[in-house]
Amino acid sequence: MSLYGADLLALLPELIIVVTACLVIVLDPITSFARRDLLAWLSIGALALCLAITGWQLNELNVRVTAFSDLVVVDAYSRFWKILLYGVAGLTIFLSLPYMKAERIHLGEYYGFILLALSGMMVMVSGADLLTIYLGTELMSLSLYVMTGLNRSKPRSLEAAAKYFVLGAFSSGILLYGISLLYGYAGSTKLALIASAIGARGTDDPLVLIATVLIAVGFSFKLAAVPFHMWTPDVYQGAPTSVTAFMAVASKAASFAAFMRVFVEGLGGLKADWSLLFILISVVTLVLGNVVAIVQTNIKRMLAYSSIAHAGYVLIGFVAAGRGVGASGGTPGLASMMIYLAIYSFMTLGAFALIAMLRKGGVEGEEIEDFTGLAKRQPLAAFIMLLFMASLAGIPPTAGFIGKLYVFMAAVEAGLAWLAAIALVFAVVSAYYYMRVVMVMYMRDPNPSAVAEPRLVTSPALSFVLACAVVGVIFFGFYPNPLVSFALQSVLTFK
Amino acid sequence: MTSSFPWLSLLLVIPLAGMVAMYFATESASRWIALAATLADLFVAVPLWWIFDSQTSQMQFTEHVAWITVPPINYSLGLDGISLPLVLMTAGIMPLCVLASWSAITTRVRGFMAVLLIMETAMIGVFVALDFVLFYVFWEAMLIPMYLLIGVWGGANRLYAAIKFFLYTLAGSVLLLVAIFVLYFYGGHTFDILALSQGTYPASMQTWLFLAFFAAFAVKVPMFPFHTWLPDAHVEAPTAGSVILASILLKMGTYGFLRFSLPMLPDASRFFTPMMVVLSIVAIIYGAYMALAQVDLKKLIAYSSVSHMGFVTLGLFVLNQQGIEGAVLQMVNHGITTGGLFLCVGIIYERTHSRLIADNIGLAAPMPQYAVLLVIFALSSLGLPGTNSFVGEFLVLVGTFLWSKIATAFASVGIILAATYLLWMIQRVVFGVPSPHHLPNLKDLNHRELATLVPLALLVFLIGLFPNPLVSRMHQSVTNTIASMSRVKVAPTAHPSAGGIAPLLADSGEGLKPQGLSR
Repeated sequence: MSLYGADLLALLPELIIVVTACLVIVLDPITSFARRDLLAWLSIGALALCLAITGWQLNELNVRVTAFSDLVVVDAYSRFWKILLYGVAGLTIFLSLPYMKAERIHLGEYYGFILLALSGMMVMVSGADLLTIYLGTELMSLSLYVMTGLNRSKPRSLEAAAKYFVLGAFSSGILLYGISLLYGYAGSTKLALIASAIGARGTDDPLVLIATVLIAVGFSFKLAAVPFHMWTPDVYQGAPTSVTAFMAVASKAASFAAFMRVFVEGLGGLKADWSLLFILISVVTLVLGNVVAIVQTNIKRMLAYSSIAHAGYVLIGFVAAGRGVGASGGTPGLASMMIYLAIYSFMTLGAFALIAMLRKGGVEGEEIEDFTGLAKRQPLAAFIMLLFMASLAGIPPTAGFIGKLYVFMAAVEAGLAWLAAIALVFAVVSAYYYMRVVMVMYMRDPNPSAVAEPRLVTSPALSFVLACAVVGVIFFGFYPNPLVSFALQSVLTFK
Repeated sequence: MTSSFPWLSLLLVIPLAGMVAMYFATESASRWIALAATLADLFVAVPLWWIFDSQTSQMQFTEHVAWITVPPINYSLGLDGISLPLVLMTAGIMPLCVLASWSAITTRVRGFMAVLLIMETAMIGVFVALDFVLFYVFWEAMLIPMYLLIGVWGGANRLYAAIKFFLYTLAGSVLLLVAIFVLYFYGGHTFDILALSQGTYPASMQTWLFLAFFAAFAVKVPMFPFHTWLPDAHVEAPTAGSVILASILLKMGTYGFLRFSLPMLPDASRFFTPMMVVLSIVAIIYGAYMALAQVDLKKLIAYSSVSHMGFVTLGLFVLNQQGIEGAVLQMVNHGITTGGLFLCVGIIYERTHSRLIADNIGLAAPMPQYAVLLVIFALSSLGLPGTNSFVGEFLVLVGTFLWSKIATAFASVGIILAATYLLWMIQRVVFGVPSPHHLPNLKDLNHRELATLVPLALLVFLIGLFPNPLVSRMHQSVTNTIASMSRVKVAPTAHPSAGGIAPLLADSGEGLKPQGLSR
């Protein structure tokens, strides 16, 4: 047993999360309805503990700890993502407290599933082997399928869960097929060995190209990149809003983290090939996401398309990393993706939190029209939404601008000024639909004949979530240095 | 001269402090707080006029604080002879905007005043920023406040006008961001505006950068084919919004040309001079013709703005001392005169609730003071000798004459047309014979309204009769701009990291020939 002592220590945060998840699920039946909040607090406590451990685990930033004979790696890169994921999961739990009660689906095992999904994501971000990463992906996805269908009384929620499951399983199959081909090529599923096999045998083998394409397709499903985005709008709209927020932020961040590690550490030798592929995917993604978002009337659906578009922007950073030349190599591109996703987490989580608790007579107001005249009824809530929309549109001095700044700088540095120009032109398109929300809030008068006016139902937990999101959007807009240096240090262990 | 006292930061902070104070104050007190904040800003700005050293083209009152470490983006501020008049004008116009909104804005007063104060910070920031990214942040930061200003407190068709303004200006400026990054990687990894102005860039790349700059600045000016947002925005905006748009926002476009396009991209500027001159002349004549046809006073002045801003871009792009000095002078003059005209329209709209010329005929009898001031601003706008615009337009035309006599002849047509539409407007609005049931009992200007108009009217004559203090302060900076344009073009070999652009354009560089310069 002592043989695995060091390995288990490296995985301590994951173990804590899994154990807590099981504990929550076991405790759920013997906890009375009134005391289910305690399960949420138990989960929060586990997250806080893990945050401390992850922070303490790596004193030296450029240290790379591998465990279980190179299946798992704990480095500064995985630490960046884990800290982000703890934050997102914690805020989701805080948001869920009022939201799940208001929706009358306050189930104890919900928190267990959040933690299980989180443990899957943590495995994804620190996996150094394709199979480890695949297992993490599946753990995350299976938990998310259940959470999507949690609102059993709503057909939309069930439909979303079924759709998500079928398409998700399909994409997992493609990913697994790609992994198996790569195993056939390299004789291993370890990223380091795959990289050395590609280095030794060149990139002419069609097998490795096919495998790369299949893995790219599998990940594109998880990232909701066009043309593998079809599930996103339905699932985002149908799932309980707190779950949507969690999916849109945490699952996207974890998928990008694993995706970056697989393609840079494992398939870095093929970057000339895959960067071409992702130029195409990023352009199509941000064009389709932004254009289709314009015609949406449901704000959750609109944000679903907007999250597709944001995946397109992040992919531009990825292409820049693949095309990176000169002394800095791909570092600016990779760091820009991390900065962008961290900032994206704050603004998207905040926007979904606001939508979740904007309620009219007990029902969630999820149409854009429900925001009509909010500035007159609740000026502060409207102003906070204005901040999130401006940030999503990338207007300075919000954090969204800083995110775009780094992504497009990386693109220009990699000689992709034209790509940055296209992306920015579609950022203008996106400004149209974000500003439409501002317009209905500030410039339309409330409909006097409406039965129940949608109001933001405030609670301490919600205020905490919104305060964190607002502080993130404003603070990183004015002073991004801590985030930027954290991201830059975290990519140092790469390659 | 480097002053240790952070004058410029103070200018930026005072409006924001006023905004914070407003949060704790009552709705009605917010008017007084806004007035106090804008006046305090003016009192800080005015001494700069005398402290400013007109013997040097160096940036003055500079401040430099590191903001973002990677990449190096700094909070650098500074003033030269070009930005000094614009900052003073901004600080001077804003209290008038607060006064003009005193009784016109009745709903959500606190929000309105807060938006005005954010705008003031952002606009002054644009004129004093010496870091390109900082400039861009200020440039974009005013989009949402202005969007709200038009969309919340505007007229009947405000939603359309607001989003049109927003998308037009945003679409123009996003390409600027890409251009800034390209400059960063070519110009030695810096965003410092002065350092980038010293750099030299391959001719082919200058062409692209110029076009990207052009997209941002030409929309803001607005130059001829991109002007369609302006009449809508002006007509729907509340009076203060129109004044800010006309007096300050439009100047940001021409300021951008002067601060960035000319010194950073001299070869492309020379290459595009014919196009810019033609577009300017088209704007002058087209704007004037459109103004002639308007029945709405605000629209008439909006189109006259298109025409007058044509003179400014014309002066800039004939690329000689007289032209550029005239252009800068004309930026200030247009701010004063057109601001005054929009204030006049706002005042009459508060009384008759109509901006149509037909509804406001014969105001000289009931409102003699108003009529006098309106005539002064109209005469200034058409460039009567003795008023401010005459000096500016004259300098611009002299500069144009040195470049091309034919262009001068065409541009002069604009002056004649300006006289036509303005005098015709005066003839009807001031001296027309009202139909009996119109104009029931109009009160003449009250003290508050006089306080908004008289300072501008005084400036009309002050600059018209004694332009020299203003011109002498900008002289060194304009000379410096022209000098930096005539430096030897050394195109560095293409930077490897920007390979996306350079090879694409490698063959188009030969087309750039220096055009005639007076100096």
